[in-house]
Amino acid sequence: MKDVWTIYKRELGSYFSQPIAYAIIIIFLLLSMVFTFTLGNFIETGDASLTYSFFLYLPFVLTVLVPAVGMRLMSEELRSGTIELVGTYPISLWSVIIGKFKAAATVWLIAIALTFPIWITVNYLGEPDNLSILSGYIGTVLLASTFLAITLFVSALTRDQVICLIVSSAICIGLVFATFDPFVRQYSKALPTGVKDAITSLGVWDHYLSLARGAFRLQDFVWFISIIVASLFGTSAILSAKRS
Amino acid sequence: MIEVENLTKQFGTKTAVDHLSFSVKKGEVLGFLGPNGAGKSTTMRMVTGFLPPTSGTVRICGVSVIDSPKAAKRHIGYLPESAPLYNDMTVTGFLKFGAEIRGLTGAAKREAVDKAIETCFLQSVAKQSIDTLSKGYRHRTCLAQSLLHDPEVLILDEPTDGLDPNQKHEVRQLIRRLGETKAILFSTHILEEVEAACTRAVIVDRGRIVVDGTPQELIDKSGTGSLTDLFRQVTTRDTAGAAA
Repeated sequence: MKDVWTIYKRELGSYFSQPIAYAIIIIFLLLSMVFTFTLGNFIETGDASLTYSFFLYLPFVLTVLVPAVGMRLMSEELRSGTIELVGTYPISLWSVIIGKFKAAATVWLIAIALTFPIWITVNYLGEPDNLSILSGYIGTVLLASTFLAITLFVSALTRDQVICLIVSSAICIGLVFATFDPFVRQYSKALPTGVKDAITSLGVWDHYLSLARGAFRLQDFVWFISIIVASLFGTSAILSAKRS
Repeated sequence: MIEVENLTKQFGTKTAVDHLSFSVKKGEVLGFLGPNGAGKSTTMRMVTGFLPPTSGTVRICGVSVIDSPKAAKRHIGYLPESAPLYNDMTVTGFLKFGAEIRGLTGAAKREAVDKAIETCFLQSVAKQSIDTLSKGYRHRTCLAQSLLHDPEVLILDEPTDGLDPNQKHEVRQLIRRLGETKAILFSTHILEEVEAACTRAVIVDRGRIVVDGTPQELIDKSGTGSLTDLFRQVTTRDTAGAAA
């Protein structure tokens, strides 16, 4: 556990000693607010809820910004050769993976927490259901963690950060758009209902939106957690395989 | 302290290290010589537990690197060939991280960092960011991290590479001094270093040991009194294949 903490501290320190974390947090806050007040029609709708004005647009913003935070995690170690130091420290590979994942997740926790003015605003303007807003935030944190775990996995495959960014963004965009309602309506015409349902339950929206609406369903947590766990195991497998 | 038996490493069909056996006792400095691509770095990476060997055993202070890597790695200080470092940290910050990952805390950590800075003459750059360091300082910073936990075994992959003649001299003196109480394995291309720092030397060619002896024995064996002549006699030149 102590090893995880040491890795975590170093990793988090390096995020905030360089401009990257600040830049991404600011861009995230700007984009999420731009969507809320334009496409989300937060003011005109007059609805005391954040589900369709705020949470609905976050997956789009996160598809690119989460990989931008995660792209350096393993790629940088592979490129600079520090993986050789890490690999000869008396610590397990898992401490490194978990420590790095937690550090990048902390950056996102901070970014997501900093959207709190919209929560204050909606409480000032009306009387929203704060429990479903909390549930929406839990969904957002889970979604960011899921994208992050995918990025971590991709970063173990390449020493090039740009390739990692492009590939992991492509995967996240695929997960988001493949089951985005307007698209589903297009391709579902040609498919039997069973197949359509199978595809939508594999995608982001079914699970994310149910949390954003304030519903706690076990299957949603299982979906997020299983992708995260699978990606972390994949990262460990790739790194072990790379050494031999 | 370092016991290597029948160590073999194959990359695909290519045999990089071929049934290598040697041992280094406490108080010995073993110089590892050989042309580029002879398998020196690969051997060192296997001894430090970074690369798993195809077959053979490595024991550090009686502990098998393959069976209990964590316990064995605790006894080893390692300087990789490229002297990799975390560029976003300061010298002191990086050494503190290195000490922490080796399990040192509080006063012991501060003492270890101060001592490593002093031993490697890093006082003038201690507060500086690593990405602003010259090559000589980078190398010494990485050397300092290998000394933090006062290891019984030191593995140094080309510790004098890229240093100026003064720095080379200092590092050789340092290796000599440390060698009195530790077991040191270091690789080099500079044959005069064998006389300056080693108690014993081996010449490796295509993954096998071709010469093993004290510096004096090696000089006697050459017939001409020159290590360079001996080196040229026993190793394969990479142009040999083209000529044949």
